[in-house]
Amino acid sequence: MTEIDWSKPRLLAKNIRKSFEGRQVLKGVDLEVYPGQIVALLGSSGSGKSTMLRCLNLVEELEDGQIWLDGDEISRPGVNEDEVRANVGLVFQSFNLFAHLSILENVKLALKVVQKKEDREASEIAKNWLERIGLGDKANQFPDKLSGGQQQRTAIVRAVALNPKLLLLDEVTSALDPELVGEVLELIRDLKVSGTTIVMATHELAFAREVADWVIFLDQGVIAEEGEAAEFFSNPKTDRAKEFLSRFK
Amino acid sequence: MSQSQISEAQLARHTWQRSRKRKSTLTAAISTIAFAAVAWFALVSSPGWSRVKASFFDWPTLVQSFPQVLDGLWLNLRVLVFASISVLIVAMVLALLTTLRNPVLTPLRLLAKGYIDLFRGTPLIIVLYLVGFGIPGLRIEAFGRIPPEVLGTVALTLTYSAYVAEVFRAGIESVHPSQRLAARSLGLSYGQSIRLVVLPQAIRKVAPALMNDFVALQKDVGLISVLGAVDAVRAAQIQVAHFANFTPYILAGLFFVVLAIPTVRLTDWLAVRMSKREQMGTAL
Repeated sequence: MTEIDWSKPRLLAKNIRKSFEGRQVLKGVDLEVYPGQIVALLGSSGSGKSTMLRCLNLVEELEDGQIWLDGDEISRPGVNEDEVRANVGLVFQSFNLFAHLSILENVKLALKVVQKKEDREASEIAKNWLERIGLGDKANQFPDKLSGGQQQRTAIVRAVALNPKLLLLDEVTSALDPELVGEVLELIRDLKVSGTTIVMATHELAFAREVADWVIFLDQGVIAEEGEAAEFFSNPKTDRAKEFLSRFK
Repeated sequence: MSQSQISEAQLARHTWQRSRKRKSTLTAAISTIAFAAVAWFALVSSPGWSRVKASFFDWPTLVQSFPQVLDGLWLNLRVLVFASISVLIVAMVLALLTTLRNPVLTPLRLLAKGYIDLFRGTPLIIVLYLVGFGIPGLRIEAFGRIPPEVLGTVALTLTYSAYVAEVFRAGIESVHPSQRLAARSLGLSYGQSIRLVVLPQAIRKVAPALMNDFVALQKDVGLISVLGAVDAVRAAQIQVAHFANFTPYILAGLFFVVLAIPTVRLTDWLAVRMSKREQMGTAL
């Protein structure tokens, strides 16, 4: 297992604010993530977890606040947002694989058009990743022929293949049948071992407890509590966190 | 019992289905034949049938006018090729303009929408007259004398682009926004996500509708004859005047039907294939 590098944060977010049609979803959230660290974003539906992740990937425009990636401010005006997004992988609850492309082409697409890799190199990287998740023999299949678990693992690999500095997982197991959740969690464990820095919004509390180093509990757009994963789960401080955890017991 | 053995109940179901199918096929065949017989009898027993037969279905006239009408069809085919290509290009530009959300492009979007409204509403024949007689009327020296088939192609492009733009727009809007979101989140630019993710899916979805418009265009290329271009219809008209017999029109009509059949079949096949893909596993 790779050690967390505490010397300087991979991601630093300060005072992130976002509203939709006048409704404040994020009311000033701060975040610090160190290389190799896994941070779990917890909270009930509507607490702002997804919005937070989308803001960090810049697919959602900030209303206020600043974000730094490896010390570079990515929220400054005039930044190349496409370049930032390729460096901050985002995986969705609903997979969103490209329906007209085989899973191999799904993984290859951004390698070729964003990272400008040769077709052969992109193929090699994509194939290696598909092999690693046991889908090498299905490389030429289209997404609709795959199970939800296989699609979601492909979607994760599609983001990871770009070798991002940070991987954001937005409730990646919520749309899956219970028996398919395990294979996706297995892949995330595998990524943790290889040192991927991850921020994940999740409802899988047992899993968060197992793999996360740090837990952030969001409640109505603010951080209600945060701390070491083990400490948060066994000894929550706030009433909101206690209530939230008791609902899942 | 082995798996390959069929149960009594299933056998009975098969027998019943077969007998029902036989019955409906028989009914359909008999009613078709009966209807055709009645129609044929009504036609040949009408008082003017022998005159109509002589002036519309005259074999020698058909044979003699064949080369000229076929020659004219060649012009229709060329116009069809150029018009289809330019329609696809213009329509795609219009569709992209109408679906863009960028506020900077609002004037262009309104312009494109206005264009589509205008040309979808105007009868093609009016557009043909306006372009065919209006543009030469401007007497722009640089253009010289523009052949009528070129003006016809321009008019067809103007009108059909408006229809096809709407087809493309429907296709683009049918691709779920999450596909574009996924593309952008991977670092693809706006243009790349449209070109590589949205459009390929959009075009696939509207392929049958596009083919339909192509079939319509195949027939409408015959309308350039009103500008004096000697296409199949115009050539037929000349032969009609020459032989004082309407058979060349029938011939020109047959040519267009023969031209359309492969496209129509291809369209059907595409539509069936796509609906199969979308509703796999249902009985209805």
